[in-house]
Amino acid sequence: MRQIELPSRIESVDEAAMMADEYAKSCGCSDEITFAVDLAIRESVANAVKHGNKFDESKTVHLTLHDKPDGFEITVRDFGTGFSVEDIPDPTDAENLLKANGRGILFMRSFMDEVEWENPADGGLKVKMLKKR
Amino acid sequence: MADITITERQAGDVTILDLVGKVTIGEGSVALRNTIRRLLGEGKNKILLNLGGVGYIDSSGIGELVSSFTAVKKEGGVLKLLSLTQKIQDLLAITKLLTVFDTFDDEPSALASYN
Repeated sequence: MRQIELPSRIESVDEAAMMADEYAKSCGCSDEITFAVDLAIRESVANAVKHGNKFDESKTVHLTLHDKPDGFEITVRDFGTGFSVEDIPDPTDAENLLKANGRGILFMRSFMDEVEWENPADGGLKVKMLKKR
Repeated sequence: MADITITERQAGDVTILDLVGKVTIGEGSVALRNTIRRLLGEGKNKILLNLGGVGYIDSSGIGELVSSFTAVKKEGGVLKLLSLTQKIQDLLAITKLLTVFDTFDDEPSALASYN
């Protein structure tokens, strides 16, 4: 397992993706799993930096990578005010198709096998994702 | 090293942008936005984005394609996509944006479609 703490800036997205890529390859993950992990990490860390911590560099993003027997698990936690994922409009609805934002969660759900969100008692938002082997 | 390089070519009144690299949150998306804005400022509103050299695109990059499409349309122009990789095609399918963009596998067909 690898635990990483990242500052709330856009560069952390690339940094997180590089670390995850390296870890996934060292664990012998297939190209399909490595691609899904890369995409899910980029989207979730970008959400945590932008929408969670709102670029506040006094707050960090916590990333955990875990190569488990049933698959590759990722958790990403921010320390913002949290939100309800159900409130995010469906980007594939006709009225949302031409909106510039709002597709990250769709990508995470499409490429990972399990995606769950929780609002920890001490604040922020935590997303846990699993890509099965 | 920059995330993306954008090379501009002209074919008649169509401006072709060859994108090589990543269109992701931050530099890659901003570079595309700035290029489209500049072209529209120069009155060039028939634009073909060649994505054959784009190895990676995230949701911000997809959002930038959509913003570019709407910005060009607002100026009375047309923006189309050329040479989508399988991964980009998959992402556009998931987001149902294949129903929005005109996409082409080869440049002559893409250019002919502007006439």
